[in-house]
Amino acid sequence: MTSAHRLTLRDLPAYRTGCEQGYRLQPGQVVILVGLATCGLAAGGADVAAAIREELASRQPEVCAAGRQVEVRSTGCLGLCEQEVLVDVHFAGQPRLTYAHVTPDLARRIVAEHVVGGRPIENRIIGRIEDEDHPYKDQTACAKQVRIVLANCGFIDPERIEHYVARGGYAGLERVLQGLSPAGVIAEVKVSGLRGRGGAGFPTGLKWEFAARAAGDKKYVVCNADEGDPGAFMDRSVLEGDPHAVIEGMLIGAYAIGADEGYIYCRAEYPLAIKRLRVAIEQAEALGLLGRNILGTGFGFELHIKEGAGAFVCGEETALMASIMGLRGTPRPRPPFPANRGLWDKPTNINNVETWANVPRILVRGGAWFAGIGTERSKGTKVFALTGKIRNTGLAEVPMGITLREIVYEIGGGIQNDRQYKAVQIGGPSGGCMPASLLDTPVDYDSLVAAGAMMGSGGMVVVDEGTCMVDLARFFMAFVQSESCGKCPPCRVGTRLMLETLERICAGEGQPGDIDWLVDMGRKIKAFSLCGLGQTAPNPVLTTIQYFRDEYEAHIRDKTCPAGVCPALVSFGVIADKCKGCGRCIKVCPSGAASGKLKEVHSIDAALCIRCGACFEACKFEAIERGQPAAAPAEVAG
Amino acid sequence: MSAGPEFDRTALDRILAAHQGRSGALIPVLQETQETYGYLPRPALAIIARSLGMPVSRVYGVATFYAQFHLKPRGRHIVRVCLGTACHVRGGERILEQLSASLGVAPGDTTGDLLFTLEKVACLGACGLSPTMMVDQATYGRLTPRAALDVLERYRRGAAEVAT
Ligand SMILES: Cc1cc2nc3c(=O)[nH]c(=O)nc-3n(C[C@H](O)[C@H](O)[C@H](O)COP(=O)(O)O)c2cc1C
Ligand code: FES
Repeated sequence: MTSAHRLTLRDLPAYRTGCEQGYRLQPGQVVILVGLATCGLAAGGADVAAAIREELASRQPEVCAAGRQVEVRSTGCLGLCEQEVLVDVHFAGQPRLTYAHVTPDLARRIVAEHVVGGRPIENRIIGRIEDEDHPYKDQTACAKQVRIVLANCGFIDPERIEHYVARGGYAGLERVLQGLSPAGVIAEVKVSGLRGRGGAGFPTGLKWEFAARAAGDKKYVVCNADEGDPGAFMDRSVLEGDPHAVIEGMLIGAYAIGADEGYIYCRAEYPLAIKRLRVAIEQAEALGLLGRNILGTGFGFELHIKEGAGAFVCGEETALMASIMGLRGTPRPRPPFPANRGLWDKPTNINNVETWANVPRILVRGGAWFAGIGTERSKGTKVFALTGKIRNTGLAEVPMGITLREIVYEIGGGIQNDRQYKAVQIGGPSGGCMPASLLDTPVDYDSLVAAGAMMGSGGMVVVDEGTCMVDLARFFMAFVQSESCGKCPPCRVGTRLMLETLERICAGEGQPGDIDWLVDMGRKIKAFSLCGLGQTAPNPVLTTIQYFRDEYEAHIRDKTCPAGVCPALVSFGVIADKCKGCGRCIKVCPSGAASGKLKEVHSIDAALCIRCGACFEACKFEAIERGQPAAAPAEVAG
Repeated sequence: MSAGPEFDRTALDRILAAHQGRSGALIPVLQETQETYGYLPRPALAIIARSLGMPVSRVYGVATFYAQFHLKPRGRHIVRVCLGTACHVRGGERILEQLSASLGVAPGDTTGDLLFTLEKVACLGACGLSPTMMVDQATYGRLTPRAALDVLERYRRGAAEVAT
């Protein structure tokens, strides 16, 4: 890498021009991009990248003879997780072509046939990018997406600051330091209408104003990168794919409120995000974009990374700050708000990763531009993590106000294996379930709250007929119960009681009155808990009762689980006429209950069966029958 | 690997020296101590408390509050099976059951040969490829119980190669 020298405000434009030239492909240049964020790596990206490098090395003479200069570039996540491992081939002056589901073997072929031979492997290409601001715009899944937060993810190498600068990076900071007053920055953010992306949707400009006005000579800014919602990964993708956007946002926020020090609190489960943040901070410091006397203007800002230590409640802002200070991460009542008394009792402004990443773009393109996207009260875009039983799992950045139906069916491609949509769970453990009847709800802060859910972090877990809503409610309750910090009784005791009731219902021991009791207890916990964890913990239960009450009743009254999930309420058997004896069920059965000779009818031993349903899902011939368990003899007699 | 009766504090002293005087040092010190020793040995907690000038009870309070800290020795490889929402609806429990059965340990425990510690985790952030698990720092996605076993087998062979 070029040895860095500290820049001044005056040098920045020339430095950017140099970066742009380096980033643009020169005639004869070919870039092979490999998606190496956590999702790409989890799908085997490291082996693919190694195969590409090996193949290139062994074909070096041919590459030279063809007059090509080939660069292998690692990038962040484009958002197409379902298609990982993704490899793109970009010839100078041509659209960038994307290969999906790349294995090391295919990677070698891509190098040999496409990169060296100049013949794209057409039947393995899933899309083309002509314009980096509108990737795959000819495809339904991408047509309605608007990339502001994810603008750089999947394009730049996140470990090279030159790439970020080439794509307009640090231009927001430049504009600010060139002559905007702190009040001017806050005014711009207010005009944009940006609201916090960490869950509650508090107006960001207003929050900054509180911190700016708070008395104190020492102030802090904090980035909440705890991303505790189990089923959400947009913050991780931004941190891994475009870390400088977050850093630049924090710099601008620090300038606006008068802070000279900041923390990024990142969960320890994200080692790659932490590593890339470290690299980014080092590079920004070396160029004089971070640290003392930034760009020669006298403005200084020191940025630290704190690793979270595995507690969901630490995503709550007061608990998070306690954790940064080295204490147990328990929340405290507000007020006083962090804007007045935060880290070490100093005024502190805390925002979520995605909130911060929006800031540089707002400063470059103007608050009015941002306010032109979205709805009346929810401006800009939101990144959602689409997961569960949806066809195109991955990330989607959409303008606020788009309907759930558009997200699930157009962007998400509908339900896997053409099964029936049942619900989408939005907002994680604090959110709720949206049934099919609410698919036309616009996705914005206020409409979701009106439906009993909430934007939360932006996790969207789609479930189909094979998911039991009572079990899902039990799952979330178990999660919040174990994550409750234990400080306030409504949350500590109330969630335990609700969990016990849900466990009983799933075990087929539910009683009449349980549902009303759950609703009543849920309301109490919401009303009396100390922090947002308890105040929202009952939401998954309350919304599933509201929209799927009949499923609860089936468990309680009929002792059946309509989705066939709750182990106590199902049994599995082989339908002899349909079984071809293929052995798939035997292969997937984790407990050895499925057995039989090849090409003969198989069987399932009820005594060994743990009722996990693996055989049911694996069978290609619908030869596994899911029914009610045979009644225990004692019950028959009784 | 063997934790003898004598606690070797050289590494710990180095960690403490690097953090001396910094406010909020307790959690990073615990994290680095655990990284070095594999877990938080009891004698270490007392030394940390003394060095940071706080009661041992506060060090314990923090060490037991966070899921990340361990007061018992752990295996050479930490296997963390994701039971987050996305993995839950796509069969994460089945992966855990399978690994638990074939390693012969309950979640939270370590195999007798100190090779693997099996744990649950709520979301690794690779939900698009659920069900997932993490072995040490590497994330594996699109798992089936069988594929998960194969992954561990690779680590077991790796360990055998190192040993011979
Ligand atoms: C239990 C609980 C968990 C939370 N977890 C997170 C989280 O993981 N990430 C996040 O950004 N905000 C989380 N929040 C919200 C934060 O308290 C806070 O509102 C947010 O960081 C403010 O940033 P924003 O205004 O940019 O949204 C959580 C809140 C509660 C009550
Ligand atoms: S839920 Fe398993 S990786 Fe997110």
